[in-house]
Amino acid sequence: MEIAKLVKMANQIEGFFRGEADSEAAVAGIASHLQRFWEPRMRAAIIAHCASGGEGLGELARRAVGRLAPPPPPPAGTAH
Amino acid sequence: MLSRFDTDHGTPERSTDAAVTLEIDGVSVTVPAGTSVMRAASDLGSKIPKLCATDSLEAHGSCRLCLVEIEGRKGYPASCTTPVEPGMRVRTRSEGIDRLRRGVMELYISDHPLDCLTCPANGNCELQDMAGAVGLREVRYGYEGANHFESKKDESNPYFSYDPSKCIVCSRCVRACDEVQGTHALTLTGRGFGARVTAGANENFLESECVSCGACVQACPTATLTEKSIIRFGQPQKSVVTTCAYCGVGCSFRAEVQGSRVVRMLPNKDGQANHGHSCVKGRFAWGYATHPDRITKPMIRAKISDPWQEVSWDEAIAHAAERFRAIQRKYGRNAIGGVTSSRCTNEETYLVQKMVRAAFGNNNTDTCARVCHSPTGYGLKTTLGESAGTQNFDSVEQADVIVVIGANPTQAHPVFAAQLKRRLRAGARLIVIDPRAIELVRSPHIGADFHLRLRPGTNVAVANALAHVIVTEGLANEEFVRERCEAEAYARWKAFITKPENSPEALEAASGVPAADVRGAARLYATGGNAAIYYGLGVSEHAQGSTMVMCIAHLAMLTGNIGRPGTGVNPLRGQNNVQGACDMGSFPHELPGYRHLSDAVTRALFESDWGVPLQDEPGLRIPNMLDAAQDGSFRGLYVQGEDLLQSDPNTSEVARALEALDCLVVQDIFLNETAKYAHVFLPGSSFLEKNGTFTNAERRISRVRKVMPPLAGKEDWEVTMALSEAMGYPMRYGHPSEIMDEIARLTPSFEGVSYEKLERLGSIQWPCNAQAPEGTPVMHVGEFVRGKGKFVITEYIPTDERTSERFPLLLTTGRILSQYNVGAQTRRTDNLAWHSEDRVEIHPHDAEQRGIVEGDWVGIMSRAGETVLRAVVTDRVAPGVIYTTFHFPESGANVITTDNSDWATNCPEYKVTAVQATRVTQPSEWQHKYRRMDAAQRALLGARRRRDTAPT
Repeated sequence: MEIAKLVKMANQIEGFFRGEADSEAAVAGIASHLQRFWEPRMRAAIIAHCASGGEGLGELARRAVGRLAPPPPPPAGTAH
Repeated sequence: MLSRFDTDHGTPERSTDAAVTLEIDGVSVTVPAGTSVMRAASDLGSKIPKLCATDSLEAHGSCRLCLVEIEGRKGYPASCTTPVEPGMRVRTRSEGIDRLRRGVMELYISDHPLDCLTCPANGNCELQDMAGAVGLREVRYGYEGANHFESKKDESNPYFSYDPSKCIVCSRCVRACDEVQGTHALTLTGRGFGARVTAGANENFLESECVSCGACVQACPTATLTEKSIIRFGQPQKSVVTTCAYCGVGCSFRAEVQGSRVVRMLPNKDGQANHGHSCVKGRFAWGYATHPDRITKPMIRAKISDPWQEVSWDEAIAHAAERFRAIQRKYGRNAIGGVTSSRCTNEETYLVQKMVRAAFGNNNTDTCARVCHSPTGYGLKTTLGESAGTQNFDSVEQADVIVVIGANPTQAHPVFAAQLKRRLRAGARLIVIDPRAIELVRSPHIGADFHLRLRPGTNVAVANALAHVIVTEGLANEEFVRERCEAEAYARWKAFITKPENSPEALEAASGVPAADVRGAARLYATGGNAAIYYGLGVSEHAQGSTMVMCIAHLAMLTGNIGRPGTGVNPLRGQNNVQGACDMGSFPHELPGYRHLSDAVTRALFESDWGVPLQDEPGLRIPNMLDAAQDGSFRGLYVQGEDLLQSDPNTSEVARALEALDCLVVQDIFLNETAKYAHVFLPGSSFLEKNGTFTNAERRISRVRKVMPPLAGKEDWEVTMALSEAMGYPMRYGHPSEIMDEIARLTPSFEGVSYEKLERLGSIQWPCNAQAPEGTPVMHVGEFVRGKGKFVITEYIPTDERTSERFPLLLTTGRILSQYNVGAQTRRTDNLAWHSEDRVEIHPHDAEQRGIVEGDWVGIMSRAGETVLRAVVTDRVAPGVIYTTFHFPESGANVITTDNSDWATNCPEYKVTAVQATRVTQPSEWQHKYRRMDAAQRALLGARRRRDTAPT
């Protein structure tokens, strides 16, 4: 996944949740949104980016990504 | 002419609690007060002869054929214009009445061509019927006097003919245009013998402002206005009630057929969304279903540079499944996915997401609602608790103030627009929030009280300013908010919205809307009585699309304008089944009924029913799939009924992504733009060729009924079922009704829905369950679906798509009446007579600065790409804004649009693109490349290896 695009998307999400009562609620809101709507490989990419410095990520988004659990590895092979 | 299969009661139905009992021909009848004597007689089964009356129009009383005798009254009153009274005693037949009626008919017939045997109305002509009904046996005046027999026909409209020689000047067509459609394109010119029906200012129909809705043709009692399909084929043998496959109004139609050939589509009088009205698309533009471009045999090819090879269904399905399985074996289970379309039925979209989750074993399922109304789902779910509009269409008839935001109903939802305009003509006030001066802003007998002509991309600024005024001027319905909404969230929101930076004055510079207009509109919305908001993609297709949807919900909650008729939040869905596609669990993060995959209880319900484990992680959305295709982690895609390449933004990037796929399977009725990159083509079936249901913008589930066999031998749901089985997960359904039974079993809001109930009720608005066994016209009555309504902080954040020295204009996009989205259907009809190419609208000031005049070629360049369109110089757009439609692939409207998207849902920001426009002399480089690609793919299709046998 193109990391610049993911960084931009994460920062947009931060922009919305910045309106929460405090930064803790904002970080929780961003993390929850990423967990609920981003496919694991997108989360894995942003986590890796954050781990390597997180260039371009907003402060709240960076903290939220830091809270994400490592996504499960993609299942191998066919379903049936 | 009316349908032979309908009953015409002569005058409209009245609904009132007061009942009146009278006697007609010695029989007692009780009807609602206000009913005409004619309709009361019809209720008794007694047909009073008539010509100028029809039950879609108010009575006119001009033909004098429906005369009756009423005890105690002098003369012979017209039964159509005489309301019933208690104790009234009416006689519909007597010697005196018979004599008068015959006399009237003699006059009519003396100026009517007697070519009944070769007349297209033969067998369905009211004049002929009335001549029979009154016992006309002679015409004492003869036929040699002055007459209109030689009047010239107007054949300009591609769909109907106007033959004035057969006109009896009943004015039904004129009144239909005025009362039903509200276009006022027809008039009666001249007087007495010289009176004639005229289109526009003495123009032909095509050149006049007629919108070809068909209301006049339907109202005509003779062959004066006749569908050309009826002239060509003759009268239908039977009719099948089905649902239109165009916009989200979901009009009910009678498909009138001879055998399996459709000869006419007539709007169904009993249709609960359209009440017998239609538009040019649903009424006339159905010929695409049998267009020669239809592909009716499955095809495969190894590479997109290879010619296609026709194969059997079994071979095509096996080939697709094997390639998908090979990808999964090599790259993992999540390397493939599926996309469905809002043009497909509920049952089809349900099956596609089921196949992806159960047979593919992942959640990479999405629908084209991703690129239109996904923010509606997110925004309304967050604030109100349900991802759907709150009202039925009829609710508008009780609205006192109507707000239209980012929608153009007369073009994109014309049948609802006709209803809305009727309400406006009756006195409702109107606020339009749109960068363009849409038709509703100023048209005959319609005018907006406020047109907030905002700069594209500033919706949230304007909505916040409206809310700011309502709160700070003490216009909020605090009692409603206290009772119905979360107190703490409201208090926080109130503190936010009352900040000076949210005032209209502070936001005027950003939005371009004068603060006084915002204040006036806010006051009108908050204090004008029942207020209803209708919105479209001009709300959702923005970087803050989801935020704006929340803002709209706020306005409704803040003023208590929700939870009763005449109010509410009403997303106008672009396609016929946007609502349904979303309801059916097409999005990658949720199961049918908008239940998130992380909900273990819901997941377990589906796992148990489907007999497979489900992944609990969200899948890829369409734009994510395209990105993942380019990075190599996503390799196979099944696309049913959707044209990603023409629909999605940044065409060049989409093309690169499709080209990167190892296996692209497209199921469609035509070789659409996406299919030019496909390796497997599975022929689809049009809405006329299958059974199922659509769910319209008011949550109304309506039946789609098969009127002809599928040209390729399979209905779409059967194809998905076959592919699923080949992928190792057999599904067994004998009919779409069984799929609906499964949907109802697993989805609480559909619990009470069945085909049997749809037959009985005509249609059902979900939720339909034990609490609402016949459905729910208005939602959130007494309580919101989420319990308490929620206010959310909605800070205005300017989009990244800003003007600059390099790109000083903002491009926005929209639809036109005669064409529909990517145009795959309407481009293959005579609707081309109205719109045969996309053009770019530019303000005279911007045009002059650039030396552009009407009709010039204009190069439009954004950071994504460049295309060339011809100019329309008009002040419909504001200075600094240009506008185009996107119905023709060669226009390349989406070559320019960028991958900027809504923060919550990735819905593309189609409505704001920073561009430059310059006068040029030739098509863009992209357009040259497109033409080469298109020609090459057409050649490969033409060179396909044929398979002579019928598909098996």
